Amino acid sequence: MAEKTDLLIIGAGAVGTALARELSRLSLRILVVDRLHDVGGDASKSNSAIIHTGFDAPPGTLESRLVTQANPMYDRLAADLDIPFRRVGAILVALSEEEEAELPHILEKALANGVPDVERLEAAAIRGMEPAVNPAVRCGLLVPRESIIDPFLLVVAQAEVAASNGVEFSTGREVTGLQRHPGGFLVATSRGDIEASFVVNAAGMFTDRLSAQLGIKDFTVHPRRGQFHVLDRAAPVGVQRIILPVPTKTTKGRLLAPTVHGNWIMGPTAEELEDRTTHGTTQEGLAEVVRDVRRLVPGADPSWAITQYDGLRPVRTPDGYHLRSFPGIPGYLELSGIRSTGVTASVAVARYASDLLQQMGLPQAARTGPVTRRKGISCFREAEPAARAALVEGDPLYASVICRCETVTEAEILQAIRRTPGARDVDGIKRRVRAGLGRCQGGFCGSRIPAILARELGCTLHEVSKKGPGSEILNGGTKSQRRAAS
Amino acid sequence: MKRAPIRCDVAVIGAGPAGLAAAVEAANEGAQNVLLLERDDHLGGILQQCIHSGFGLHLFGEDLTGPEYAERFIDRLSSTPVRPMLHTMVVELRPDRSILAVSRRGGLQEILPSAVVLAMGCRERTRGAIAVPGSRPAGVMSAGQAQRFINIEGILPGREIVVLGSGDIGMIMARRLHLEGCMVRAVVEAGSCIGGLSRNLVQCIQDFGIPLYLSHTVSEIHGQSRVEGVHVAPIASDGTLERGRAFRLDCDTLLLSVGLIPENELSRQAGIVLDRPTGGPAVDQRFQTSIPGIFAAGNVVQVFDLVDHVSACGTAAGAAAARYAMGKRAQVRESAVCAGAGVRSLTPQRVAGNEGMVPFFLRARAQTRKAKVRLIDGGDAVIQEWRFPIVRPPEMIRVEVDAGNLPQNGAYSFQITGESS
Repeated sequence: MAEKTDLLIIGAGAVGTALARELSRLSLRILVVDRLHDVGGDASKSNSAIIHTGFDAPPGTLESRLVTQANPMYDRLAADLDIPFRRVGAILVALSEEEEAELPHILEKALANGVPDVERLEAAAIRGMEPAVNPAVRCGLLVPRESIIDPFLLVVAQAEVAASNGVEFSTGREVTGLQRHPGGFLVATSRGDIEASFVVNAAGMFTDRLSAQLGIKDFTVHPRRGQFHVLDRAAPVGVQRIILPVPTKTTKGRLLAPTVHGNWIMGPTAEELEDRTTHGTTQEGLAEVVRDVRRLVPGADPSWAITQYDGLRPVRTPDGYHLRSFPGIPGYLELSGIRSTGVTASVAVARYASDLLQQMGLPQAARTGPVTRRKGISCFREAEPAARAALVEGDPLYASVICRCETVTEAEILQAIRRTPGARDVDGIKRRVRAGLGRCQGGFCGSRIPAILARELGCTLHEVSKKGPGSEILNGGTKSQRRAAS
Repeated sequence: MKRAPIRCDVAVIGAGPAGLAAAVEAANEGAQNVLLLERDDHLGGILQQCIHSGFGLHLFGEDLTGPEYAERFIDRLSSTPVRPMLHTMVVELRPDRSILAVSRRGGLQEILPSAVVLAMGCRERTRGAIAVPGSRPAGVMSAGQAQRFINIEGILPGREIVVLGSGDIGMIMARRLHLEGCMVRAVVEAGSCIGGLSRNLVQCIQDFGIPLYLSHTVSEIHGQSRVEGVHVAPIASDGTLERGRAFRLDCDTLLLSVGLIPENELSRQAGIVLDRPTGGPAVDQRFQTSIPGIFAAGNVVQVFDLVDHVSACGTAAGAAAARYAMGKRAQVRESAVCAGAGVRSLTPQRVAGNEGMVPFFLRARAQTRKAKVRLIDGGDAVIQEWRFPIVRPPEMIRVEVDAGNLPQNGAYSFQITGESS
C-alpha cells in the first residue's frame, strides 16, 4: 500500500523547507522527502552563507524580484526562527582601472533592481572602514544590507516549525519514479511508493530529471562547483564586512566574508562539472581562492584554515528562476533554476509557490493554532554568565562540555538529536550545534559524539555514521573484542 | 546553581603527565590545597590510550606502557592531599588567575587559586589545517582519535589504512593496525625524513615491512560516503607536487599524523604571551608564563618527544607554583634567550635570576651531522658549546646551562651548525 499525502515536496533544502513552513499553516498532510540523510539540502548547506540584496541580479527577472523581496524579510524571519543573522554589509573593492570603470554600471543595475542604498566609496573611506583591505584600493561600493546567516540553521529551523505543524520529513529517501495517477501522482521512492495529490519539485540539482519523468524536457541542470576555505576565529583577518571583488563577465569572483559564528570563509571557485553528486576540493581550486582573496585582503592567510568545503550550485540551461505549473499536469509545481541566490530567495520563492498552489486548487483550510516561531537550542558558549548558570540549573548536562573548541555541551547535543527533524549522524550534530566544527575538527569530541548518538538512537557504535548509511565511522572490533564476542 | 568560589593554593589544569607531576610536586613542596582539574573521567590523560611501551626509560630506567607510567604518578598522587576533580572542564581562565570550571556534578564553579599550572597538553593538526584536497567522507581521522577508538573502545576505524604523516602516533598506529590484522598500505610523509623518533621508524615501520613514502603526500581523497582510496604524489625538491607521478592506493581509512599543536585556548583567553616557534606560552626556567603566578608545563609549552621530559617540566612547574602560592616570590631580573640560526624553537625563553642549572630543550631546524650547539651572547661571543654526532628535528636536544653564566638583562641565543644531511 502506497503512503498517501495531500502534498509532497521533493527536496528538503532551503526552498523545500521554506515552502513546507509556509504551507504548514494549512490543514493538510504534507510530506517532504530528500535523497540525503538529513534536511539541509546539498547546495543549500554549502555556499557563501550570504543573504544577498540582489543588487547585481539580472534586472527585470523573476530572480531579481524574489531576491530583492526576500532580503527585507530576514530580520523578522531570523527573529521568528531564533537563528543568527547579521546585517554586516558588503564592500565591493575596485583595484584596477577596469574594475573602477565597472562601478557606475553596477550602481545603475542596483537601482534597476530596486536596491537604492548602494553607495560609492572613495579609497580613503574604504581604508577607514576596513583597514585590512588592500591599500591599493582605488574606490568601491558599499552595499549596506548584504547580510550573513547560518544557512543550515535557516533550513533546520524552518523544518522544525513545519514539523511542529505536522509536516513529515522523510530523509534518505530518493525519488526513483514520478508518474500521473488518478487524483494526482504516484511517486516511487527508495523506501516505498507515495500517492500525492500535489507534487512540488524542489529538487535543486535534480529538478530536470524529475520533470523529465512527466515529459517536461525543456531544460537541463549541471553543477557549478564552488570551493571554500574556512578560517579559524582567532585568525587576524580583521574585516567587519563581506569583501567582494568587482564582478567580471565570467565570474562574480572570490569573496571574503565573516560568518555568524565568528569565523571567516573565503571562496568560491566556479567550475562547470558534470557529476551532480561528487563533492571534492582540489589543490588548484583552493589555491585560486587564496590568490584571489589575498588580492582583496592581503592578510587573509590560509595557514589559519580549519577546514575546506565545496558546494555544487545547480545551473539551469536555459537559465533563470522557473517557478511553473503546467496546465496539462494539474497538481505539479516545478521550482527550477534556483541557483546560488536560492538560500536568499527561498522565503520569497515559498510565498510565490504558495500563491501558485492556491491557484492550482490546493485546499486552503487553515490549521488551528499553527506554530509560527521556534526557539533555538540555547548555546552555552554564547550565554552571559548569569544565563549560563540558569542553563546549568535547568539541565545539569549544560555543564558537561563535549566539544571543547566550540564549548558545546551534552545538553545541546541531546537537543539536536531529540528535536524533529533531529540529528541522526555526526554531521547532523555538527551542523545543528557546531560540535566538531572548531579548530580541532573533532579530534577530541570525535569519539564522544558517536557514543552519545549510539546511546540515544539505541544502536551500536559501529552503526553510527558521519552522514547516513554507507558513511559509518568505525569498522568492527579489535582482536580481543572479537574473541570476547565469540 | 551558583556555588561559593573555591579558594586554593594551586590549581592544575589537566591531569595528563605534566599535570600529575605538577600536582604531586606542588603538594610535596608544601602547598596544602591543590586542585587537579581534569575534563575526562580518568587521570593520566592521553597516556591511558598509549598502550605501547617506551615510556619511563629516562625517569625510571624502565620500559613502561603509557598506563603503567601514568600509574606511577597516580600512586604518588594518592599519598598527597591533592584533590582531583574529574569530569571538570575549565572554560575560562582570567588574567587575575581566577577560573570558571563546569562539571556535571558541580555545575558552574568559580575557583580562586593563588597559583595556576597550565597542563592542557596538545592537540593534533587536522586535515583542514594542511588542506588535503578531495572529498569529505567518513574514514578520515587523526591518528590519536583512532588510537582512542582502538585502545579504549576496542573498535577499529577501518581495514585498509593509509597513514599521512610520520609523527610518532602515526607510526605507532600503523604498527597497531597491522597487528590487528588490518592492511596498512603505506605511511606517507611530506618531509624528506620521518617526523617521529628513529626508534619508531625501526620498531613500527621497518620491522613490519610497512611501505614508507618519504617526500610524498596525499594529493586527493576519494569516496563520497566512506574513503575509497587516496592519490599519493611525490613532492619535488622545489616543493611542488608532481601530479604526473601520482598513484592511487585503495583504502577505507586515512589516518593523519601531521603534527601536534600546544593547546592554548585558555592561555590566549587569559592574555598570556605566546611564543610563535613553540606555539606555547613563553616561560622562564621555573615555567612561569608572562603572567606572574601562572605556570605552564609539558606539551602545552612545547611539544616534547618523550613523556619523561614532560613529567620533569611538570615537577619543576609544580614546585615553583607551590612556592609562589606560599608567598616565596623573589623579584629577579631576567635574561632573554631566543632561537638563532639552525634552531626551530626552544624553552625556556627567559631565565630568571642567576642561580642553579637551567635545562634547555631545543629543536633543530634540520637534520644535522657533527652538530655544534652553541649558546652565544648579544655580541656573538660563545658562552658554551656542546657537540652531537647527529641532531634531528623530531628529537629534542637537552642541554644544561649554569644560570650564573647568563648575566641578567642579557639577550642570548642558541645556534646549531654542522653538516646538513
